[in-house]
Order: sequence, then C-alpha cells, then structure tokens
Amino acid sequence: MKISLLKEIDVLNLDSRRRPLERLHLDTPLLFALLSAAALGLLVLYSAGRENLDLVLRQGVRLGLGFVVLCLLAQAPPRYLRTWTPWIYGGGILLLIAVLMVGEISKGARRWLDLGPLRFQPAEIMRLAVPMMMAWYFADRPLPPRLWPLCGGALLTVLPVLLIAKQPDLGTALLVACAGMFALFLSGLSWKIIAGLGLLAAGGGPLAWRFALHDYQRQRILTFLDPQADPLGAGYHIIQSQIAIGSGGLYGKGWLNSTQAHLEFLPESSTDFILAVFAEEFGLMGLCALLALYFFIIARGLYLATRAPTTYERLLAGSLALTFFVYIFVNAGMVCGLLPVVGLPLPLISYGGTSLVTIMAGFGILMGIDSRRRASPY
Amino acid sequence: MTMRMPSFQLAALRTLTRHQVVLGILLLATVGIIARAVYLQLINKDFLQDQGNDRYLRTVTIPAHRGMVLDRNGEPLAVSSPVDSVWAVPEVLLENQDRLPLLAQALGMKTGELEQRLSDREGREFFYLRRHLAPDLAQRVLNLQIPGVYSQREYRRYYPTAEITSHLLGFTDIDDVGQEGLELGLNERLQGVPGSKRVIRDRLGHIVEDVEVLRVPEPGKPLTLSIDRRIQYVAYRALKEAVLERQASGASAVVLDVATGEILAMVNQPAGNPNDRRQLNAALLRNRAVTDVFEPGSTMKPFTASLALESGAYKPETPIDTSPGVLQVGRYTVKDVHNYGRIDVTRVISKSSNVGISKIALSMPAQKLWELYHRLGFGALSSLGFAGEQGGVLKPYSTWGSIGHANNAFGYGISVNTLQLAQAYTVLASGGVRRPLSLLRRDKPPEEETRLLSEDTTRKIRAMLELAVSEAGTGAKASVPGYRVAGKTGTVHKIAHGHYSPDRYRSVFAGMVPASRPRLVCVVMIDEPRRGGYYGGVIAAPVFSQIMEGALRILNIPPDAIPTQNLVVATKPEPGAVPSEAGR
Repeated sequence: MKISLLKEIDVLNLDSRRRPLERLHLDTPLLFALLSAAALGLLVLYSAGRENLDLVLRQGVRLGLGFVVLCLLAQAPPRYLRTWTPWIYGGGILLLIAVLMVGEISKGARRWLDLGPLRFQPAEIMRLAVPMMMAWYFADRPLPPRLWPLCGGALLTVLPVLLIAKQPDLGTALLVACAGMFALFLSGLSWKIIAGLGLLAAGGGPLAWRFALHDYQRQRILTFLDPQADPLGAGYHIIQSQIAIGSGGLYGKGWLNSTQAHLEFLPESSTDFILAVFAEEFGLMGLCALLALYFFIIARGLYLATRAPTTYERLLAGSLALTFFVYIFVNAGMVCGLLPVVGLPLPLISYGGTSLVTIMAGFGILMGIDSRRRASPY
Repeated sequence: MTMRMPSFQLAALRTLTRHQVVLGILLLATVGIIARAVYLQLINKDFLQDQGNDRYLRTVTIPAHRGMVLDRNGEPLAVSSPVDSVWAVPEVLLENQDRLPLLAQALGMKTGELEQRLSDREGREFFYLRRHLAPDLAQRVLNLQIPGVYSQREYRRYYPTAEITSHLLGFTDIDDVGQEGLELGLNERLQGVPGSKRVIRDRLGHIVEDVEVLRVPEPGKPLTLSIDRRIQYVAYRALKEAVLERQASGASAVVLDVATGEILAMVNQPAGNPNDRRQLNAALLRNRAVTDVFEPGSTMKPFTASLALESGAYKPETPIDTSPGVLQVGRYTVKDVHNYGRIDVTRVISKSSNVGISKIALSMPAQKLWELYHRLGFGALSSLGFAGEQGGVLKPYSTWGSIGHANNAFGYGISVNTLQLAQAYTVLASGGVRRPLSLLRRDKPPEEETRLLSEDTTRKIRAMLELAVSEAGTGAKASVPGYRVAGKTGTVHKIAHGHYSPDRYRSVFAGMVPASRPRLVCVVMIDEPRRGGYYGGVIAAPVFSQIMEGALRILNIPPDAIPTQNLVVATKPEPGAVPSEAGR
C-alpha cells in the first residue's frame, strides 16, 4: 500500500529501470509509429501540395505542436483526468451550445468559437470528452450496465452528437458517436441489446434519410452509390480519387509523380483526399505498408487499453484507439469509394491542424494511462 | 473490493471476447480497404490509368505553315505571318477582378466590355480574348502575369498586293482555311498537313509539358502563279481609273501569254482589301472575269470570219453587199449603224458590220459555227477550277434557226466570260492553236495543243483586226505607240428583265500585241459605263491600250512598229468615224 502510494506520487516517474522515453510516460513503439506516420505525411504533403515547401513547414509546426500536446497530456495522471472528466464534459457541452448561438459561420457551418486570441472548434473537445465521460460514468457502475445506466450513458453521447450535427459537422458527430458507442460496447453491452440497436439503426436509416439528413448529405450518399450520375459535379471527387488510386498500380508512379494531383484534377488533394495521391505515387505496396503502420498504431493502442488497470482507463483507452481506427477507415473508405464522402482528414497525413491536435492529445492520454499501470491500485 | 472482483472478472471475460470481435472488425475493415485497393490498382488498373491519361494527356495539332503564294517572279502575293491569339479561362480570370482594367487596356478594349464578355462566358473553360495579335502585343498581355490568361500561336494570312489580287487569291478565314478564290481552290495544297503532339495539360487546359511529337507538321507548298504582279498592277490601275471615270458598275480584264497559255493578269472592279476583314463581302471579291458571263457581241465576228476563210469560199477581199444596212432574217431584222454598202470581208470586220457578218454566216452551215465555238471553249468551264466559275451558254445549233444563226455570228444569243473570250483570242494570236490555260507558272509551253484554225487564216484575220484598230476601224483608241495592235471592239446591250435594255451596255475590247507576232492577248470588259459613251472603242479600247503599253514595257517586248508621225495622228479621234455596233 505504501509502495503503491509512493509510485502514484512519482509523477516525474524517475524509476531508473525505465528507458528515458518511458520516464516521460511515453510508449516507445507507439511514439515511433506516430512519428513515422507524421514524417511520411510531410513527404506526401510535399508532393500533394505541388511541392510547396511553405505548406510542409506549416504542417511541420502543427505536428510539432501535436507532439508537444501529446507529451503534456501523457504527464497527466489518469486519476486527475478522471476527477476532471465531468467538468471537461460539462464545459464542452456549454461551449457547443455557445457555438450554436454565437459561433462564426464558415463555409455554411457554425463550427468555430472565437475567444479573442483563441479560435477553436468546441466539437473537437468532445472527441475526447465523450469517451472520458462515458468511461467515468460506467467506471463505478456494475458491468455490463443495466437498462437505466445504459440509457444514461446513451444520453451522454447523444446530447453532444446532436449539438455537433446541428452545426452541421457530420464527420465529427460521427466520430463522437462512435467514441460513445465504443465505450458502451467495451463496457460489456449484451449482444442482445447490440442486435436490438442494430435493428433500430436499420429501421431508423430511412427515417434519418427523410428527416435528419441535409440535402447535401443525401446527395453525397446518392453520389456514392452512383458517381457517374454527375461525373463533373457531385461525382467528381470520387471518380478522380479512384482514377488516381487505380493509376498507381502495384508499385506506383513514384514520389512527386502523381499526375492527378499535380495537374489539379484531384480536388482536396492535400487534405481529405491525400490518400489518393499517396496511392498513386506509391502503389498498392505503399498503400499496404501505410495501412500496416496504421494497423500497428491501432493494435498497439488497443493492447495498451487491455493492459489498463481500471475500468475508467480501460474504457477510455479502448474507445480512443477505436476512434482512431474509425478515422482511418472512414477516410480510406471514402477515398477509395467504399463509403460516401464524409469530410474527415487522414490522421497524421492530411494537411490541417485542429483534428491533429485532438488526435495527439488522445494518444497522450493513452500513453499516460499505460505508463502508470503499475502504479494503479489493482 | 471482493464484491467487485467477480463482476470485474466477468467483464474481463466478456471484454476478452469483445477484443476478439474488435480485432476481427479491425482486420475486416483493413482487408476490405486492401481488397478495394487491389480491385482499383490491379484489376481495374488499365481502365483507370487510361481514364487518368485521358484527363491530362492530350493530342493537340501543330498548325502547319500555310504555303506562300508567289507571282511568276517570286514576289509574294500571300504570306502567312505568325500571330498570337490570347485566350482565357473565364472562371479563373473573374477571380482576379482587380486586374481586369489592366488587361482590358493591354488588349485595347473597354473594361466594361471585357467584363461583360467574360461574365457572358462564365463557366466555360476556353474563351478567345483577342485573336491574331501581333506577337509583341500578345507578349505584353502575357507579361501582366494575370492568372488564367494564355496565348496560342496561329498564322494570319497577309496579302501584300491587297485588292489588286483579291479576286484571284480569295482569302482565308480566321483559322487560315481558304474560303474563296485560289485559297479555296488550292486549299489542300497550300495548307499542308498539320502535325500533332502529345502534351500534358492541367485541369484548366494549360500545357504543362510537351511529351512527344507524333507528327511533324508538313508546311504547305509555296505556289508560284503565272501572274506577273507588275502587269496585274498596271491592269488593275487602268481598270480602276476607267471604272471611276465612266462610273461603271464593274469591270474585268485578263492578260494571257499567247505561247504558254499562262494567265499573266486577271483583275476586276470593284475590289475589296482582303487584309481588312470588314471589306470581305461577296460582291467585292467576286472574280467577275470568270463568274460573270455576258453576250460578247462583235468581238465574236473574227471567229465567224475565220470560219469563212477556212471554208475557202471567202477571201479577205471577197465583197459583201451590206446595203441598205438592214437584213431581214425571218421575222427579225439585223441592222448596221450605217449603210456601209458594198465592202469586203476585211471591212466587215474593221467596220463591224452586223449585216455583212450575218450574210457570211448564213451562207455556211450553222453546225460549222457551233463546232468552232464549242472547240474554242465557249459554253464550258475552264479546267482551272475557279470557285464560282460560270461557263456561259452556247445553245445547240439545232435550236438556233436562221436568226439565231445570224445572231451567234456577231455574238448574241451566246454568253461567255472574260477569260473564255481571251482564251479564244489566243487561238487567233497563236496561229490557230488552242493551248490549255494555266494559273501556275509554266516553264515551257504546254505540249497539249489543238489546232483549230490554219496559220494562214489567222494571219489574215489578224490583218483585219489590225485594220479594226486603225483609224479606219472602230478600235483606234486601243493602239499602243510603237507597236502594231490587232483587236476587236464590242458593245452589247445588257439584258434586263428578259429584254435588251436600250440604255445599258457592256463595252468590250479583245486584242493582241504585237500584231506581227502576238505575244500577249488582253480582253477588257466594262460593265454599264454611265459617262462619256458606251462603245467598246471608246470605253474599253483605251484601257486595253494602257494595260498593253505597260505590259509590253514590263516584259521588254521589242516594238514592231517604227514610231512615225502616225503616232500623233493615232491618238486623235477621227471625227467622222462612228463605230457601228449593237445588234438589233
């Protein structure tokens, strides 16, 4: 009891038996995997951005910031995180409501909150706050959850999802919903309820189509089903992206040789559709390698989650790792035409900063959790 | 703690299977994406690669330099000079509104006009801002570095001799494709074969890189015409002056080389400047020398006379009684202006007696006359392939009847164009041989030639025609100082509303120089002179004289008449001699 207390107090983690990175509460394999993906991302970005060094430098700065956030959050003991969780969640909800009332409108959506020097999307906070809150909520309850706690947990997820979807920001809403659902799933939801929810979703689909989706969202789904219906308009992204991927063949055209991106045929080539550029330049082999890297990151994340000692940490870590997986799968699926177009970037590779910081923060939390497992009361 | 252990263990058990499920889904998703990638990158690769190539690899044509048109001495008549056409992507250009005033200024347009034209074409990917700018001006526009503005190399046709050769050469359209005249007739040969190259173009159509040249453009072959630019110029000037002075509605003149059948000059009035597209209208550019047919009138009499001599029944001095200056042919009457009384064949020609030539013609079978006319090329198109050429009408002799027979003898009831008439006169000039015409320079006389008349006959006819140009004939004003001239005047009533108009005429002169051994044939036709008379001898003959004087000097043809005081006399009109023209 004394030893464990000491270890818990050992915030600086000065245990000499640990490697330097571990002393900083970082997970070496995961960190290297993330750094490799980030380095690869800068390389592809240089090509996709038509060899614009400025673009690469700006992204490099963001990645640096992301890693700093990762390191900082890795230092936060999960115990404290757990204590703050309701406050973070509650604050996030308030900010979401604030966004809907006073947020800035950009590209037809009210997503940004301008607080003087700080300008950010509160929805990003919810990407972390929702899994944290779900984990917090289920941590002290008997698992698998009974009906009422289940409904309470569902409400905790549905509320922010609805607020985000109202902005509208379908991509983030989807991710937040997934994070909540993963927490529920990992909490040991019975298969019967899962099946029931599945049926409900199947039945709710047509209703959502009718009432919940915006016209442009419906259009995206229709376009996904038949891109050739409007090849120069709505179907253009999907068609161009598949052409770029297919042109790569087995070995690809080589770095900087993507024709579709360099000649501006592929839209959003440095942001949401950067995977198509990667696939054109590095071919099927490169794509498999990249997917393997991502697979490793997710698997490592899940492995760390299984090692986590408390229910709170386990649910949080598992949910974060699986959310990252959704990110990858939705983006890759969209780019190669398996899923409809949802505006989600490819983590660590796509140009753009906001989501990057959130993802890194998530990994920071994950590493922080793992680093202190031996210090846990279990 | 102990209370929670079992439930935790239970949860752990369940999460264990859950981890398997999660891992399963993870694997499935990864496999799904890889399967999709295999489908796209291996199975569908060729199709998608083709699709990709279609988007950026384009085959574009390289314009071939259009062949020059040169005159017989190598002087340029039509040249293609490089110009640049400036084009824009309206979508991109409209994003740079603030640069539009600068661009408009460089293009020489009003800003508002440019904006209007751009917004009319919003959404298009290609739009010519201005075509055919001089390369330095186009460079100035490009130097503004406005996004979405590009230029492309084109060729623009330029005609140094402008309206002087406009009817003959025709013109090309803005894409340098022949539209009229020679440019149209010989377009294939002039335009060459455009080449093609494969290029990489970006989404906005801007050529990023040339990949390979698929076919080198074959420049059009230069064309050396038979035309002599200097004679063309002399003829044009003389014709234009005459049209202005006589207030005529139109005119044509043709100069032929007797020995080779080459066309040395072919000019018309009115004319337009082909370098100025606003002047390009059909009326100005009609090559009247081949497109307009008319009744040749008295200029046909020498052919009837030559037939008479060929028959052996007539000699130049055979007397013909033309009194009382009127001849009844069936229900119709053939009239002379004066009663010439009893005159020989030579004077029938030189005085241009309708009665005399009718009597001669009617004494021979109509078929003979028709055959001669036919063989001279009347009623048929030339083989030169002029755009819009009219062959005229030579009616079958079986439909002539007596009056038709008589009329045909002095050039009524038959229609010809100026070039046909000139070619027919080369038969008289060459000693009876018809040679094919050519608009391209011939280095030696054509081997193909047809003898239509005997040398002896044509010599006698030429003597008659020489007399016709003397003070004793109708065409004294056609004379050229220092040279012997043979020729025939013609004055015809124009047909208007199906009847011969009493006061609208065509004045024609057909002749040759030097008469001792003719080298040049020239026909001048003036349509509807309104001032200073209308007789061929008054209106057309001086133009002939002017053209021939210039041509003889230019070609350095030695004089065959020693200048005497006659020269002075020849230039004065003989007060008593009123030419007799006009049938019926």
